[in-house]
Amino acid sequence: MNNAQPLLDIKGLTVQFPSPSGWLTVVDNVSFSVGRNDIVCVVGESGSGKSVTTQAAVGLVQPKGGRVTAGSVMFDGQELIGASNRTLNRIRGDAIGFIFQEPMSSLNPAYTVGEQIAEVVRRHRGASRADAWKQAVAALDRVHIASAATRAHAYPHQFSGGMRQRVMIAMAIACKPKLLIADEPTTALDVTIQARILEVLKELQQELGMSVLFITHDLGVVADIARSVVVMYGAQVVEFAPSDQLFAAPRHPYTAGLLEAMPQVALERGHDPIAIPGTVAQAHAWPKGCRFNPRCVHRQDGPCTTQPIELIADGQGLVRCALAGELRLGLERRA
Amino acid sequence: MSASILSAVPVALPPSSTFFGRFCRNRTAMVSAIILLAIIVIAVFAPYLAPHNPAKSSLRYILKPPTWLYPLGTDDLGRDVLSRLIFASRLSLIASVQAVAIALVIGLPLGLISGYVRGWVDTVIMRLNDALMSFPALILAVVIVGMLGPSLTNAMTAIGLVYAPRIMRVVRGSTLSVREEVYITAARATGCSDARIIARHVLPNVTGPLVVQATVLMGQALLAEAGLSFLGLGVQPPQASWGAMLGTAFPYMADAPVPTIAAGMVISVTVLCFNLIGDGIRDSVGRMRRSGD
Repeated sequence: MNNAQPLLDIKGLTVQFPSPSGWLTVVDNVSFSVGRNDIVCVVGESGSGKSVTTQAAVGLVQPKGGRVTAGSVMFDGQELIGASNRTLNRIRGDAIGFIFQEPMSSLNPAYTVGEQIAEVVRRHRGASRADAWKQAVAALDRVHIASAATRAHAYPHQFSGGMRQRVMIAMAIACKPKLLIADEPTTALDVTIQARILEVLKELQQELGMSVLFITHDLGVVADIARSVVVMYGAQVVEFAPSDQLFAAPRHPYTAGLLEAMPQVALERGHDPIAIPGTVAQAHAWPKGCRFNPRCVHRQDGPCTTQPIELIADGQGLVRCALAGELRLGLERRA
Repeated sequence: MSASILSAVPVALPPSSTFFGRFCRNRTAMVSAIILLAIIVIAVFAPYLAPHNPAKSSLRYILKPPTWLYPLGTDDLGRDVLSRLIFASRLSLIASVQAVAIALVIGLPLGLISGYVRGWVDTVIMRLNDALMSFPALILAVVIVGMLGPSLTNAMTAIGLVYAPRIMRVVRGSTLSVREEVYITAARATGCSDARIIARHVLPNVTGPLVVQATVLMGQALLAEAGLSFLGLGVQPPQASWGAMLGTAFPYMADAPVPTIAAGMVISVTVLCFNLIGDGIRDSVGRMRRSGD
């Protein structure tokens, strides 16, 4: 396999969901890629389309009533958009592992955790019952669940939230995937548990040499693990940049706003976190021009409010801002 | 959030938090279950428990009141009513099981498909369902038996068909809520096909309401069987079910009330047991659901 080619390459992905007033575009022409052995974070507010993007990439929006109207998703040299359910079912759970936001409800209450993990192994690896069980226990062990052999016989309701998330991770990595998609895996957990889950994920990424696509709205998490970052706002990618560059010199006002809203940053600089004014735009009423313009402190009537803004290449990344060349953003700005 | 993490200690659960623990604490349901179990035991061991041959008639003992020899008296052909009731329990129970099994075989898959697939498939299935449910159950069963010819199997097929929509509705309703659960999407994300998701992930999670409905339907099927047999459309002589016994004893009620009352009592008690057990299961399952998460 060609190593120069990214593992996951999303191009122009557009997803719509039905609403009383017609089809709403909740993911609009989204493009980014995840390299091999890479960790990419997708950040953005609730409703910015980050979860739907990743779910659409592996064909999980159609059963929920959504549709993909344009775009391409290449995974390891294979097109996933328009692929048959058979093909997708072979890839999902095997080459692509998926972790969901709600550990409390993403395990089936009717089976023990061992059975659920073993089922995945059996289906994808054709392993025998006993062998699959062994691998399930090994997977639980790898996410540091104490006495995994015993705990494999327990039902999901006998686990705490953090432990259930570990079980989910174990299930996702049981077949040693090339790509792990983690959809806000730490959002529902408290801070100490979050840190441990992140440790586990980082460790597994190293150990298995897999790529991780991590969805979050916590920039602290991003700073901790990401190599590159996709910032989404209003169903679009507004900035895509290597992590250190993004934190040092954000080029989109929204990214800069997110950084200033971080408690860690504010604390360091001795003031309260600065909130981005206003609320996130809704899919049925995008503002004209730049979708972020009503909330943007740098807004200029004319360039920002008339034409839709294109995503342009800028240095090492991509940015969608009419003033991209002129603005000097970054944390020093108000110091 | 943190509270629930701390409180979810992974230890063995106390007895009252398991389904059977709660069910056993429900005294009404427990007594009903014991009575029903006794009836089943009697049905199984009928040849050993019945004091007389249920088919043997005696011209000397026609419509006799209860005596030590015939505890519930004799019927119009001089047969022992108690022995006949004991043997009839077999047919009555088997008939109920048969009817509910048929209702399940038809209603369960259709309900699962209807609730899972949604769309026009759901619309078509549910409109047929509504059409079937708009007929009074027993009348529809009489029509079906009228077409198929009177026999216990035909009667129970008819009852099963008539009750299938009730199973279907319950299963569809539960499926609609289960299909929106994250673990269904999670299953899809691990590469489960739709068929596999329905069989492995939806079905086990709709069994709670399904068992309740099936138990209650057992009672109703028993009653429906009694009704059809009372009308002569069900079990045919010389065999007898409780309903058929009620039917044959009823004309002689003025002279010999005991056989009628006995058959009626047995039917009522059994139906009541099924209903109360159904309620007990519903309550026990419900609490598990609420405290489970």
